[in-house]
Amino acid sequence: MATKVVMEALSPTMEEGRLVKWNKNEGDQVKSGDVLAEVETDKAVMELVARGDGVLRKRLANEGDASPVGTLIAVIANPDENIDSIVGSAGGGAAPAAAPAQPAQETQAPQAGGAQPNQAVTDTKETPAKSPVPQAPAQSQGEASTAPQQKAAAPAPSASAPPSRPAPPRPPSAPAAPPRGNGASRPPATGGGRQRSSPLARRLATEKGIQLGGIQGTGPGGRIVKRDIENARAAGVAAGRSAAAERLAKEGDFKDVPLTQIRKTIARRLAESNGPVPTFFLTAEFDATRAAEMRTQLTEMGEEYKVSFNDIVIKAVALALAEHPEVNAHWLNDKIRQFNRIHVAMAVAVEDGLITPVLFDADRMTMWDISGKAKDLAKRARERKLLPEEYTGSTFSVSNLGMFGIDQFTAIINPPEAGIIAIGGVEAKPVVIDGQLEVRQRMRVTMSCDHRVIDGATGAKFLQTVRQFIENPLSLII
Amino acid sequence: MAVLTYRDALTQALREELQRDDTVFLMGEEVAQYNGAYKVSKGLLDEFGPMRIVDTPITELGFAGVGVGAAMVGLRPIVEFMTWNFALLALDEVVNAAAKMLYMSGGQYKMPMVFRGPNGAALQLSAQHSQAWESWLAHIPGLKVCTPGTPADAKGLLKSAIRDDNPVVFLEGEMLYNTKGEVPEGEHIVPLGVAELKREGDHCSLITHGKMVLVAMKVADDLAKDGINIDVVDLRTVRPIDVDAISRSVQKTNRAVVLEEGWEICGMGSQVVDFIQRECFDDLDAPVLRVHQEDVPMPYAKNLERAAKPDAGKTMAAIKKVMYLD
Repeated sequence: MATKVVMEALSPTMEEGRLVKWNKNEGDQVKSGDVLAEVETDKAVMELVARGDGVLRKRLANEGDASPVGTLIAVIANPDENIDSIVGSAGGGAAPAAAPAQPAQETQAPQAGGAQPNQAVTDTKETPAKSPVPQAPAQSQGEASTAPQQKAAAPAPSASAPPSRPAPPRPPSAPAAPPRGNGASRPPATGGGRQRSSPLARRLATEKGIQLGGIQGTGPGGRIVKRDIENARAAGVAAGRSAAAERLAKEGDFKDVPLTQIRKTIARRLAESNGPVPTFFLTAEFDATRAAEMRTQLTEMGEEYKVSFNDIVIKAVALALAEHPEVNAHWLNDKIRQFNRIHVAMAVAVEDGLITPVLFDADRMTMWDISGKAKDLAKRARERKLLPEEYTGSTFSVSNLGMFGIDQFTAIINPPEAGIIAIGGVEAKPVVIDGQLEVRQRMRVTMSCDHRVIDGATGAKFLQTVRQFIENPLSLII
Repeated sequence: MAVLTYRDALTQALREELQRDDTVFLMGEEVAQYNGAYKVSKGLLDEFGPMRIVDTPITELGFAGVGVGAAMVGLRPIVEFMTWNFALLALDEVVNAAAKMLYMSGGQYKMPMVFRGPNGAALQLSAQHSQAWESWLAHIPGLKVCTPGTPADAKGLLKSAIRDDNPVVFLEGEMLYNTKGEVPEGEHIVPLGVAELKREGDHCSLITHGKMVLVAMKVADDLAKDGINIDVVDLRTVRPIDVDAISRSVQKTNRAVVLEEGWEICGMGSQVVDFIQRECFDDLDAPVLRVHQEDVPMPYAKNLERAAKPDAGKTMAAIKKVMYLD
């Protein structure tokens, strides 16, 4: 039984993947779960694992090739199994120049008037998870089906369907009839990268909030069918919804605020005026002298106590968010969702872009927890080793360009979040305090606010709280 | 409950209706003296006499027309065709006269008559005498088409057909006449247009009618041994067709196979699949498959005839395919 290896959606937003490196050669024995290749998604380099056992018979993508999600890129099968029809089905131009795409077209043509059209494809057994007992409908008729199921395990379940019988009845062709469309009998046109799914599977996925993108279909041609949705749900992977997203969706962890008329009007009018996310900016200058002193003292205490300004700000923002749930919120078009838990994303520059790993429950982490975790995330972000659940699911974001000598900037909101704080560098400045000119360490902070969620005064109050924490940094430790 | 053959169940229905209503009469080739080519009218001549059990010449178009005329003047004729293969000669009366009389007379003439006889293939009767006509007949507005697969349904549907004021085409089967089953005594009525769920299961819907009901029941038994439990939906009447019963079943099982005796193109299955795609689109987990006679004139040779006919093996394979088990 052959297993098709397709380019899987390894991130919620991935549409195509670049094959960075094959870890297995043609002819290698592979087991389900083995890492076949490394694939660069839009966010990170991920591992593509085998979904079946056998020999890696054919690789259809070369290192460096980019393939749309769903494209056939390899075939795992028994050593002596005929995989021509599967390889032939690659077609569609998505596969690399390597010849295999060609035969598919050729074998198709003569079938049109042939005596037994459609037969070839029937033999491609793509279903990796075969079972004599239907799994999908198992939820009902519990008792009735138990006994025969157990029985079926012993004798070969296919006894009633002798192998000598020709392929399952499929409409025989009228002489000279054009090839008729029975979707299932056509070679899968994976070339276009379109993910096939049954109508029922699509409906179930919608009802259960599962995105089809991350599921590998086990039906013919990789079609996602009911059992795939149920398996995805059972496995809890709910592809496309990372663990973090699940965390956010947990009941009781948020409060949905229905939109009042005034809120709706504000949202509509401001979006008309200022793009889809009507943003305004609040800038404040905090006195970071005490924070700087604390940081110096901590550094003197030893490496394990050392924290960065970034860590201090994240901790301060997280604690402030706990006091201002109206800022720790998502705009969901028909409502505002205020979260009870605080997951702060931090923007990290990587070689060719940026990514926002998340510090989950940042308000409950000590500053040293934050420091250690942030370092680890930043390092792995630069190595493109982050897992999707590590960079999704945030409720608010912080961006810091202080280390680049930027004293002030505005950051772009990461929707559906309602705000982001941009941190400039800490620098010594003359300030007037109680009528006296003093040199203080100052830090300029700009908050971008989605006006549909946050009004000016709301944002200002939140920034006041952040200021209190940063200007009284002991409160971040106790 | 008495166990009767399909043949005796039909005889019982005829006798009861002949007794109940003296406008009912039976005519056809060899229905009287010979007791019917397939003995469905056995004993009826003796009981009801030659005015009500009428032998006709071998003139299908002629006696079908006599039946139409009798129905127009208030009788309730039952016209027996020795087989529906011979009834092709009478189709002008069935399609152009009987089916359209109420419509073209502006409602002046009802057409309370039944055209009945065996339909489909028996064994080695070759190409001209092994044909299932229900999709041809069900195509016609103005006709109702019954395809009973069991003795009880044969009795109940025939009684309904005789009492209906519209022309009813009643399709029996040479291979069905000797099959046995429990048949309720007396007033057992099966309404036209109501399917029956003959077997219940959650895994797949097998939708069928007529002779193929027996095949479907065997398939259901065999699959149950593998732990696969299917719905067997017996349409019983293919016009009007019980769309609700089809939808209920497919919405439950999410997959369907349609089994029929006749050919593929424009077969009954085409119509059933059309209803399914309209009514159950979002419930389908697999394309609906059909099992039917191969697209050839029925071969005479025994092995080829077997290969051409729909059967339990082909049906089982189709079910496993729509369940993604093959």
